[in-house]
Amino acid sequence: MTETTVDNGVNVEALLGARSALQEAPEAAKFTWRATNTWVKGTHSKSKVEGFFGLGEEQETDRSFEADGDHPPQFAADNQGPTPVETVLVALGGCLTAGVASIAQQRGIQLNSVTATIEGDHDIRGILGADADVRNGFTGVRVNYSIDADASPEDIEALVAQSQKRSAVFDVLTNPTAVSVSVS
Amino acid sequence: MTTSAPSRRTTVAVIGAGHSGLAVSHRLSAEGIDHVVLERGQVAHSWHTQRWDSLRLLTPGWMNRLPGLGEPLLGPAHVDEFLTAAQVASLVTGYADVISAPVHEQVAVHRVSPATDGFLVETSAGPWTADHVVLATGSVRGVLPPLAADLPPGLPSVHAIDYRRPSQLPPGGVLVVGAAASGVQIAAELQASGRQVTLAVGEHVRVPRRYRGRDIFAWIEEVGILDERWDEIDDVTRARRLSSFQLVGGTADLDLNTLQEAGVRLVGKLAGTRDGSALFSGSLTNMASLADLKANRLLKSIDDAVGGTGERLEPTRVPDPLLSLSLTSGEIGSVVWATGIKPDHSFLDADVFDHKGAIRHDGGVTHLPGLYVTGLPVLRRRRSTYIDGAREDSADLVSHLTERLSTSTPARRTG
Repeated sequence: MTETTVDNGVNVEALLGARSALQEAPEAAKFTWRATNTWVKGTHSKSKVEGFFGLGEEQETDRSFEADGDHPPQFAADNQGPTPVETVLVALGGCLTAGVASIAQQRGIQLNSVTATIEGDHDIRGILGADADVRNGFTGVRVNYSIDADASPEDIEALVAQSQKRSAVFDVLTNPTAVSVSVS
Repeated sequence: MTTSAPSRRTTVAVIGAGHSGLAVSHRLSAEGIDHVVLERGQVAHSWHTQRWDSLRLLTPGWMNRLPGLGEPLLGPAHVDEFLTAAQVASLVTGYADVISAPVHEQVAVHRVSPATDGFLVETSAGPWTADHVVLATGSVRGVLPPLAADLPPGLPSVHAIDYRRPSQLPPGGVLVVGAAASGVQIAAELQASGRQVTLAVGEHVRVPRRYRGRDIFAWIEEVGILDERWDEIDDVTRARRLSSFQLVGGTADLDLNTLQEAGVRLVGKLAGTRDGSALFSGSLTNMASLADLKANRLLKSIDDAVGGTGERLEPTRVPDPLLSLSLTSGEIGSVVWATGIKPDHSFLDADVFDHKGAIRHDGGVTHLPGLYVTGLPVLRRRRSTYIDGAREDSADLVSHLTERLSTSTPARRTG
């Protein structure tokens, strides 16, 4: 076995430790992620993420992030942020790339650069109500990775495949999820 | 239990007279250890009652070796001979005779519980007390995903374990869920019978039937994969739950490409139902990529071990996605759940289960002294998944048991 000097900045030992710990304590594995969203004006709104629930308790952290959502002028809007569907693509890319880095670390593959292009095809007649047979969401999503790493093309393909297999956002997009929206 | 009827005493109660339990019985006899083999039905019960008509073993004839069994019962070890379920039943039944196994047929075990002096084994033929218990009941329970409960009422469905032949299903198209060996075989058979089959494909393990002129099992034997030990595999939990090789007994490939050529329609993993429609995952492309990459890694590892290079597999062709399918329009007349089989240890009243209800064991040895389990996938080595694993697994477990006997008190040894 060769000495590993691979460093993708991922603490794989901590992740593997968490995996084995949570196999024995499934309750602690139940997380609730949370965002708040506040309307600003027009189609512009601001979202904020701070704490989350996990490991059996509310996690109070120093984190506080904001994200704008809006639409471009072509939608007669003020262009104050990415459209929500673009934010979905951002989420997918962020999730898959995190997976690529983690799996590469675990497999002893040094990454030099990773870039992805994420495209969502969208027939907007659905959201405009122009054709009831057209769905609101994407008709298809394509992701293309360009990866420079110390590994064979097959090993890089396997990294990307495994990342999809373990990706939360990939699952959210490819499988149905029950969503309930209430008003208080 | 002071109120129970006087029980018979045995040193070892083996539960299940399939190939695994019988192999253990043979090893116990060889050690002169008194034991009984309790069988709910007849010898090789599940091979008689839980297999479809056309089923053949995935493994070639030379992998039917059992301890104490020689020719002619085993037959010549032809590489290309793949026994039918009926032939396996005959083989195992003949084996029980050859080794004079002390089988008690038609004895259903209702409960096994730790007692002050070993284990109380309560059965339809009264109780036994046993110093040791070896669970060898096999995988006899069809696994249904929770969403099976959400099928539209009145849509007939059957688990692969209860499937026998196409004529058993009502007319119309069939949704086959699962693309391991049973799913692809049943899909092929149903499509050939003239029905339109839709096959829902999640994670699966693709391997070619033959590689570089030999059966795939000849290669994985030669390069030592079947001998990889359970305690040396990176993630044995995952290895144990991997689905079976996408294969059919014989010489022909059976994979997602050949199924599509036969007219089978592929969809992603069945992810849910909504408003009378089945919803399929959009992950089919990745599931196919994972399986192709993994299959080619296996072939490369064979080449690396033996030298030379063979042909890599043709990539799986993934059709345009179909994400939902009405289950009420009449297009689908029935559903076949090829979603795996599991053991049924529900008769075991002991604290040996994990939070998912599976028995905890370390290579077949549970933490409860004297309680063993065998006949499970990757129990002690990858070979354990197959009939051929019973030889070494039985030797190892009986060796552990014999060691324990030799160190236990004399009073415990009277049988």
